[in-house]
Order: sequence, then C-alpha cells, then structure tokens
Amino acid sequence: MSLAERRVEREPTAIDRIPAPVWALAAILLTMPAYANDFILFQVMGWTFILGTIALSLMFLAGYGGMVSLIQMTVAGLAGYMVALFGNSGIESLSLFLPWYVYIPLAIVIAAIFGTIVGALAVRTEGIYTIMITLAIASAFFYFSRQNYSIFNGYTGFNLVIPPDLFGVDWRQPVAFYYLSGGVALLAYLAVVYVSRSPFGLALQGVRDNPRRMAALGFNVTAHRIAAYTFAAVIAAFGGILLVWQNSQISPGTSGIPAVIDILVIAVVGGIGRPIGPFIGALIYVLLRTFSPDVLTALDLSGERFKTVIGLGFLIIVFWSPDGVLGLWDKWRAARDKAEDPLRRRAK
Amino acid sequence: MTKWIIGAVSAAALLAPFGAAAEGTIKIGVLAALDGVFATGAQDGVKNIELAIMENKGMAGGKKIEFVVAPTDTTPDTTIRQARKLIEQDQVDFIIGPLSGSEGLAMRDYSKTIPDKTVINGVSGALETTFVDPSPNFFRFNLDGAQMGAGLGTYVVEEKGWKKVATIAADYAFGYTNFMGFAVDFCKAGGEIVERYWIPLGSGDFGGVIAALPDDVDAIYLGVGGTDAINFLNQYEQAGGETNLIGGSIMADQTVLTSKGRAKEALAGTPSSGLMADENTDPAWLAYVKRYQEAFPESERLPSPSLFGVGYYLATKAALQALDEIGGDLSDGQKKFHAALSELKLESPVGLITLNENRQAIGPVFINEVVEGPNGDLENKFIKRIDGVTQTLGLSREEFDEKVGLPSRDVVNCEALQPAG
Repeated sequence: MSLAERRVEREPTAIDRIPAPVWALAAILLTMPAYANDFILFQVMGWTFILGTIALSLMFLAGYGGMVSLIQMTVAGLAGYMVALFGNSGIESLSLFLPWYVYIPLAIVIAAIFGTIVGALAVRTEGIYTIMITLAIASAFFYFSRQNYSIFNGYTGFNLVIPPDLFGVDWRQPVAFYYLSGGVALLAYLAVVYVSRSPFGLALQGVRDNPRRMAALGFNVTAHRIAAYTFAAVIAAFGGILLVWQNSQISPGTSGIPAVIDILVIAVVGGIGRPIGPFIGALIYVLLRTFSPDVLTALDLSGERFKTVIGLGFLIIVFWSPDGVLGLWDKWRAARDKAEDPLRRRAK
Repeated sequence: MTKWIIGAVSAAALLAPFGAAAEGTIKIGVLAALDGVFATGAQDGVKNIELAIMENKGMAGGKKIEFVVAPTDTTPDTTIRQARKLIEQDQVDFIIGPLSGSEGLAMRDYSKTIPDKTVINGVSGALETTFVDPSPNFFRFNLDGAQMGAGLGTYVVEEKGWKKVATIAADYAFGYTNFMGFAVDFCKAGGEIVERYWIPLGSGDFGGVIAALPDDVDAIYLGVGGTDAINFLNQYEQAGGETNLIGGSIMADQTVLTSKGRAKEALAGTPSSGLMADENTDPAWLAYVKRYQEAFPESERLPSPSLFGVGYYLATKAALQALDEIGGDLSDGQKKFHAALSELKLESPVGLITLNENRQAIGPVFINEVVEGPNGDLENKFIKRIDGVTQTLGLSREEFDEKVGLPSRDVVNCEALQPAG
C-alpha cells in the first residue's frame, strides 16, 4: 500500500475544509498593523468591525429569522449609554464609576433585556409592520435620550468615555483597538455561524420558511423568534460598547434615525444571505463615508455634494445586485461554473 | 468596460489625498456642518475661509496655505471622526471648526489628545467649551452664545417696553447658552419670563408649541436657527400669530432672512443681538462685505456674510495673522503658534477681538432690528454696538458662578436677578 492511498483514506478535518481565500483574508487582517497607518487601523478598520458587528445582528434576524429589525442600532446605543452611565465618563454627576467587570456585563444584560422586550412586541407582526414598529421604538428612544437629562444627559450625552486599562494595555491605541474590535467581530461572526447550524438556528430558519408547519411540528414559533432577538441584542451590545470607546463619547445622534437606517443599508448592501455580508457592507460604507469628499475634491467638484456620492455608490450596488455584494459574488461564481465543463474542469 | 473606468477613476481619486503636504505648505483642516439644519451657514463658513486666505494671497508666514474640508452633520460622533481624519489621514497642521455647540464640546475634549496641534473654533458657541476644563490648544475668536445674547434684554425692556415674554429656544447647548445671555440681561432690567418652551433641534413641526403660547405677553423670544427658524416662522404666520418677536442670535440671520415663503412677513421689526450687524457703517465692515461680494458670483453666496461666515472668517484671519507673526514656524509642538494666538489683537471687520485666560474671545456685540431693505430683502438694521463683552457678561467669575451658573433648561432664575421692588 502506497503512502498516497493511505492519505486519501483520512477524513478531511475542519481546518482542511477552510478554503484558501479565507486563509489569505486572515493573513491580511492579522498582519495589517505592519503596513497600514493608524488612521486606517483605528478609524477605517475599527469602525468597519464595529458597524459590521451591529449589522451582523440585523443579518442574523433578517437572514435566519426573516425579521427585518431596525432596533439593532438602538440596542447598541443603549449598551454604549450604559457603559458611560455605570462606568466612567466626563459627566461625573451621572457616571457611577463601577469597575469594568461589573459595568460591561451589566450593559450587555440591560441591552439584551431591552432587545428582548422589543422583540416580544415586534414578533407578532410581519414584514413591513416589523420594520415600522422597530423604527417607531428606535425613534422614540432617540427623542427620549435627547430630552432626558437625568439618565442620558440630553443633547450633549456623555464625553470622555474610555475603555478600562486591562492587562496594562491602552485599548484606545490604534493597534490595540484594531485587534480588540477585530477580535470581537470575529467572535460575533463565529457565534452567528455556530448558532445558525445549531438545532435552535435550524429551527429558526424553519420558522422563517414556514411558521405554520413548524408550529404544527410542536415548535414554539414565538419563543424562537424572541430568543433570536435576545441573541441579536447581545451581539449588537458588543458593537455598541466598542463604538462608545472608539468615539470616546456618546450622544443621541449615535443611535439617531440616520444611524439606524445606515445599519439597514450596510446589511442590505453587503448581503443578508451569509454572516460575512454585513462586514463587506460596513467596509464599503466606511470607505464611502470617509473618502467621498476627497473623491469629489480630487475630481475638482464641490466637496459639499459628498452625500450624493454615498447615495450613488449604494444605488449602483443595489441596482446591479439586489442581494448586495454577496449576490454579485454568487452571480460571478455561477457564471464561472457555467463556463466550465463540469467533467473536465476546463473552459468549453 | 465602463465599470472598470469608473473603478479606476475612483481608485485614483481615493489614492490622491494620501500624498503628504509639500514642504513650505501649511495645511488647514476645516470642520463644517455641511449636512443638516446648518448646511447653508456651513457653506458660507467655507466661503469665508476661502475669502480670508485669498485676502492673504494664499500665503501666511512665508508659507503657502491649503485647506481641506471635512463635512460633519452637527453630531459630536461625526465631528470626532472627521477631526481624526483631518489630523491622521490628511495630516493637517491645525483645525478650524466646528460649527455647533455640542460639536465644540466634543472638540474641546478631542483637542486635549492632540496637544501639539491646534484647534481654532469655527463658530460653535457653547459657554462650557472654553469655560469648564478648557483645553490649552483650543482657541475661540468668536463670542460664545451667552455673550452674543448680552445687551438685548436691556434694549427690549428699556427701548421697546416689552416686559413680559414667553420664550421658545432650541433644546441643546447653544440654545441654552444663547437664551441665558438674553435672560440674564432681561431679568436684570426688570423683565419677566412667563413661560419657557424647549424644542428639539430639527423638529420641523411647531404646531403644539404655537397652540400653547400664552396670549397676554408683550413678545416671544425665539432662540432657534436655520431651517427650524424658517419652519417656525412659516407655521406661526399661518396660525395667525401677531405678537412681537425677539430673535436669538442665529434666528434673524442671513440664512433665515433670505429664505423663501411667508417666514419673512413675521420677522419685520424683530430685534436681535449677535456678533455682527449687516448694516454696520464701520468702514472695516463695509470693506469686508465688498470683498465678500466681489470674491464670489451672486448665485454662490448670500447677499452679505452670515453669522456663521463671519465666525469662520474671524477664525481664519486670526490663524493667518498669528502665522505671519511667527513666520509660519509650527515646529516644537506649535508652541509659538499657541502663544501668538493667545496674545493676538485681532482688528476684525466687527471690531477689536482679544482672548481671555481661557482663550475665549472678548469682543463686541451688536443689537440689530430686522427691517425691509430698499429691494424687498429683509435686513438687519444696526441699532448699537456694545464693546468688550466678557465671558461672564460683565460679572466677576465668583459672582457669575453664584448668581447664574452653567446654562441648562432652568438655570436663569429670573426672580433672583430682577431688581428689588
């Protein structure tokens, strides 16, 4: 028996199954601090990971649960506010200055409870009505946080909210923050992938496709949907905490209506079919938001029209592919497979 | 094919700004709220920066001056992001901006993280920005909101005889501050505030407030600006409102006066105060307006510079003058630049401006009244100028802390300030 034959008998492990592009992507992301400047690391990539994480929670609800929720940014904002309120901020009359191992879990639990309550209200509705009810709650939260001075400090919000000095690292340094936000984004991504394949995730997808049949099979449809909101709220809360640390401040505008819509745009532009979509959408969004005035100025146009560039960018993507960038990728793969002779693996 | 052309052009455009500034060039980053309620004002701000640089022939301290604009949307989040982009990505030497109050507070905190750069405030007017925990490299050459409101209260009580007012003001930092300046003065002169309404920035619908306004007041103080002011005035006019109005500093501004619609009809005869007067007869002001009008075609500018424009103009002038004094030497953490700015005596179109120990402007306030101009445009008629208004409104710091306090919804206790008897 030759060595070659023996090797064929071995079952491919999980690591073997990871495709080459994923290895390449991981290598690029891990080594990025070696060649990218602080601005790219902290602002562009950090923000991408944060927005991607928040949009991922929407992707989980919309892609696996069939529920388009506009509450995710609000949940993230609430978690950010709770960090500022229970932790440290420049508003000494309101902040409680609890230690990090108290205020971080507390912020996540409060955000999760809020997400669950909203979910419990929203799951009894379908389609456009889910969007409407979650949007209504999101705008109510925005106006409440802007008018309330005893908890949310009104229009000004909280400033000087900085992460704790854990393990002797200043987490607001670009490289540290890059790995922190990237690590959280990766964990959130893996959690969504894992849950989507778990019995709960499969049941949730069953509920999405045919709630009546799932109910007939003995699944509690409502409970599954509410649990999905809770899970999504936890993910969004992590994103919100990172967001407040990145900006070192939070104010009502952080989770205002434009921000709420932006999360939907990010998820749709990236594609809500798979968990990687929101991160692609977030990268496109961040690049457009950051560089569109420069594009206009470089083309000798008035930089004031930067919003037009952002809008056109999104319009082009959605026009060419209603499923977002992921849809474009799938289309390209399908076209390549068609062009190939399936037996000889070669172009016809 | 087209796809690739678009792609290539965008990629080239994206890469272009990565080039570092050439030697002998000073790069200014501009934060302007080009998105949202103050978009028109912000555009005028950018125009005035251009004008100030043009007047200096594009040079200061022997170096070429360039500027790059980062648009914000009046939220502190966006402002911090854009400021970071200006400093880290565009590698500007100093920042001029931002425009609105809460942005200013965020920039005060951000400026502390970049001690070897400089932030010169655009036109944001929250009192706390330079009053509480001020940042050593944050300079403000415009008056804060409270200073801008000074003098108006005395004027309406003594000249107009309006002693009982209801107030409507924007529910955020600048709204409180600007209201405070008016209220301190108004109450000291013996006025009475019957009812206070606070409305969120950008709310659009004022039906509820208009319906709730009391009838038996002499005037209504209106401390809102931009599109909010236009919407309010339109709705107020439609509801048949006829009470006298008193304007906050951003209400009777060019951006509102030049708006279309019925808003104008409600405005004639409204007194207001601010850091400028359209019809100022000072030759320095007239020359400035002339330069402004000559620099830009009529379709691209306002009839005369707005308050926002003047704010950015003052900031840019101050920066260029300081750069000239130090020969453009920004080395050693910009220490010379900071010192020059602190000591600056700015002979501006609106009068002499100096800075106090908190790097906050001490300068003139103008009382204006809206009148219809010869060609049908509304204009601010210049009534009087009050020179050297300080941050504590003429009180000592101790007196100010004790009797007035920091601006918030209910800070001005009118009874305490009213003259005895």
